[in-house]
Amino acid sequence: MRNTIVRAACVALAGLGWAGVALAEVVEARVGLVLVQDAAPLPLTRLEEPAENDGIAGAEVGLADNATTGRFLGHTYALEVLTPTPEEAVAAVEAARAGGVGFFAIDAKAALLEEIAAAVPEALVLNIGAEDDALRLSGCEANLFHVIPSRAMKADALAQYLVWKKWDRWLLIHGSHPEDIAMAEAYRRAAGRFGADIVEERVYEDTGGARRSDSGHVLVQRQMPVFTQNARRHDVVIAADENEVFGLYLPYRTWDPRPVAGDAGLRVRDWHPGSEGWGGTQLQTRFEKHANRYMSGRDYLAWLAVRIVGEGVTRTESADPQTIRAYLRSDEFEIPGFKGLPLSFRPWNQQLRQGILLADGPLVVSVSPQEEFLHQTSQLDTLGYDEPETECSLDD
Amino acid sequence: MIKPMTKFLAATATAALLAGQAMAYTAYVSNEKGNSVTLIDTETMEVIRTVETGQRPRGITISPSGHELYLCASDDDTVEVYDPTTMELLHTLPSGPDPELFVLHPSGNPLYIANEDDNIVTVVDVETRRVLAEIPVGVEPEGMGVSPDGKYVVNTSETTNMAHFINTETYELDINTLVDSRPRFAQFTEDGSKLYVSAEIGGTVSVIDPATGDIMKKITFEVPGIVPEALQPVGVRVTRDGKTVFVALGPSNRVAVIDGETDEVVDYLLVGQRVWQLGFTPDEKYIISTNGNSNDVSFIDVEARKVVKSVQVGELPWGVVVSPN
Repeated sequence: MRNTIVRAACVALAGLGWAGVALAEVVEARVGLVLVQDAAPLPLTRLEEPAENDGIAGAEVGLADNATTGRFLGHTYALEVLTPTPEEAVAAVEAARAGGVGFFAIDAKAALLEEIAAAVPEALVLNIGAEDDALRLSGCEANLFHVIPSRAMKADALAQYLVWKKWDRWLLIHGSHPEDIAMAEAYRRAAGRFGADIVEERVYEDTGGARRSDSGHVLVQRQMPVFTQNARRHDVVIAADENEVFGLYLPYRTWDPRPVAGDAGLRVRDWHPGSEGWGGTQLQTRFEKHANRYMSGRDYLAWLAVRIVGEGVTRTESADPQTIRAYLRSDEFEIPGFKGLPLSFRPWNQQLRQGILLADGPLVVSVSPQEEFLHQTSQLDTLGYDEPETECSLDD
Repeated sequence: MIKPMTKFLAATATAALLAGQAMAYTAYVSNEKGNSVTLIDTETMEVIRTVETGQRPRGITISPSGHELYLCASDDDTVEVYDPTTMELLHTLPSGPDPELFVLHPSGNPLYIANEDDNIVTVVDVETRRVLAEIPVGVEPEGMGVSPDGKYVVNTSETTNMAHFINTETYELDINTLVDSRPRFAQFTEDGSKLYVSAEIGGTVSVIDPATGDIMKKITFEVPGIVPEALQPVGVRVTRDGKTVFVALGPSNRVAVIDGETDEVVDYLLVGQRVWQLGFTPDEKYIISTNGNSNDVSFIDVEARKVVKSVQVGELPWGVVVSPN
């Protein structure tokens, strides 16, 4: 056996016609993490206040994972963190692109995300913040990849579990924000697809006011039973409350003793720090060593976006966004995300196929898709809008 | 040193000899969730006893002499060493954090342990019980294979997606071969001419030329009625003559049988749920699969390529090894 040769690197260089050239030619991938600073309300519980480096720590762990692999192959990675206001975001990303950043993982609202993607058409944009189904249904951008699941995927994930559980009569309570109205629509669609029945809908208006106060629970304890009184017979209460106005107040306070799911109780999550399935413990401990806290959903999505870029670079031996785009869209691409089945992109709208975690406070309760729901191409395509349901047909 | 045989083993051995059949061996199955090891008589295929162990037992192997049974107690961050006859805990070995899989040098010493959390392979002298080296490898080291001549230990790293060839004299990584996603297990053929590396998420087994590190072939799997994503190769074993390769296919509940000469799949055997690791009896009459989600093991008749019996064991059986004598 020959000694001390990093063979893979040599093979790669030879493959590119650089045989005989020293290992000086390096592949360097630069990833921009863009966390747009929207004014977010305080969470209802102080346990869920985001950390200062929420998302950033996840990207850093992804970068370290990539760098370890890169060490053996002669590939290097760099991370630039941008935290612009919505007004500054497009210019900030354009400047980073001009500075050589080829890949952006972006947490921004849907409209801004589309604007940014259009401003850097030669770069790849990985969406880690916008769940809007509209982005996946029409007007898809060729350079825009969705790492975060859509609302329809999340609603379908929960619906499959509840139908499996035979809790198919739902009391749907949604908030008054546009996101809540969109999520309610996703639940209606899911109920129709999987055979559940929304027996009644109620809207909880956000009337403002302080998010937290010293003895707030006294009021809440009186309000929530009254709000849920006299509902038609139901098995479960579904809360669509992305802005955290009322959802967390529902469990144990409903008029009828019923479980709550959605944005409270059994919650639909991008990630859960208690998840240990499929070797997930290793990612959790790696992250916790790095950040000295638990991994949030935003950290997970940032980690995953950076890892997707890394996987593309490793397999194509290139840091060229267009080369990697073609690879990510191909049948060859798949990445383990510690959610069971391998993750891959739907070529028609570039949404990442993935399992979705359903978790109560401390534990993962289930991971959808549930095995009873079948699909002719990928079981993961039982979640969200399938190819025939969208107008998008992105091609190479 | 001659170890006293237990009455039970002596009796079964005699019975087996009288019947003109193969020797009875003892199979040791680690039960990840049960925190136990189940001992099975391979001739009667009956459970002999169940022994409590450290927390989350996974990787399991036995010394060439058959005098020490090694067990990764992952959540106790240690390797436990048992007397396989009495199942008395002799001592523990320093293993580094969260040991999952390991491999013994063919001579019986040292032990090479994959530490998933720290991206290192720990080398432990099993006699002096000291750590000889910690070798940095890729992210999430998992599978461990050793070449028959003992010159190379191959570690697979699940997130880096590589097979790292560790030179056992210098502890340097001489070759790094990129394989498919989430490589789980590395297994050399007895003559050292081939290395099989399974990739759980990639759904393939790479056949690697150990002399160059080049991938000669990728074996893929296909079972009618099973979604491709469920065909997730994990444990791999090869018969001593190199002619038959068995691959555990995880949640598809099947073990693939591969012709070791052509490296083509010739059969799929239905076993229990989430089949994980495999172990031969020393006479290669049977290969045993651990079926994590159905809490049993399947005995496969190697020559007939048939599953002959399922045996209920502890919770979440993970690994299996059979005594050499």
